[in-house]
Amino acid sequence: MTDTQKQALKAAFPQTVPVLTGFLFLGMAYGIYMQSMGFSFLYPLCMSLAIFGGSLEFVTVDLLLSRFAPLQTLLMALMIQARHFFYGLAMLDKYRGTGKKKNYLIFGLCDETFSLNCSVDVPEGIDRGWYYFFVTLLDQLYWVSGATLGGLLGSLLPVNTEGLDFVLTAMFVVIFLENWLKAKKHTTHLLGGAASLLCLYVFGADSFLIPTMLLILLLLTLLRKPIERGSEE
Amino acid sequence: MTLIQQIITIAICAAATMITRFLPFKVFSEERGTPPYVEYLGRALPGAIFAMLVVYCLRNLSLIGGNHGLPEILAVGCTVLIHLWKRNTLLSIALGTAAYMILIRVM
Repeated sequence: MTDTQKQALKAAFPQTVPVLTGFLFLGMAYGIYMQSMGFSFLYPLCMSLAIFGGSLEFVTVDLLLSRFAPLQTLLMALMIQARHFFYGLAMLDKYRGTGKKKNYLIFGLCDETFSLNCSVDVPEGIDRGWYYFFVTLLDQLYWVSGATLGGLLGSLLPVNTEGLDFVLTAMFVVIFLENWLKAKKHTTHLLGGAASLLCLYVFGADSFLIPTMLLILLLLTLLRKPIERGSEE
Repeated sequence: MTLIQQIITIAICAAATMITRFLPFKVFSEERGTPPYVEYLGRALPGAIFAMLVVYCLRNLSLIGGNHGLPEILAVGCTVLIHLWKRNTLLSIALGTAAYMILIRVM
């Protein structure tokens, strides 16, 4: 490892500690769930490596237990994962010029990695690309380790860790708050929050994400002029 | 499902995820550049998405019945207050989570 990489890893690791906690816990829950459904640990291991998207991996377990339906699987997966399209739009600029690493950065762009990499001001003297790379790599490492451990150990683990998954909620709250505190105007935050709550109320918890994203897109497009005049950045 | 069908199902899920992650970067590649409208979205989206993710985490909270979502509401409040006070990300997350774990046990 070069010095540049070491420094980037050192700067990235502390930022990923909340994800470490959340992913080990949730990953294990996922591995245990798969084991309880009769799957070997190889399933959570391969699925966390290849799919690397928590909510879809849980759904895939149900799909694997149902009748083979490739088209339905594809449509369902695209719908569950559609929010990543938004993450990509928001990261176009930040991931520019990161070289060969870029493909892995995009491959590993899960909710948590997106939030960390999108909200960070990479410290002075640290290589931006490698910083993003290590956040992405560590986050995936945590998830794969958790899922595999869960699949191996199953329900042998003595646990009363109920509620530990709140660590990810708390992380998203803090990231939102930091973003709010740094912004001069808060139009987009309020629009996003209002659109989410409205769609949650109308469409329910299981299917509000896609309407929310469409509504956010519509509002941001209609209100482009006033929002740009307020120059959020 | 046979093993082959299982592998195909997992591969489809992986491919769908990759499509949603790679599409924006392929459509607006570094060589071709990004139209101003998309650049604007790139700037305006994060604030809105972070708000959406918070709502998404709390989507199953029920205000009626049970404990009326009080542990979640109080723990989020606690996270926010500690963060406004100390502005230390890890501390806010750790104490907020601890608060939640205590609250669901006592309420």
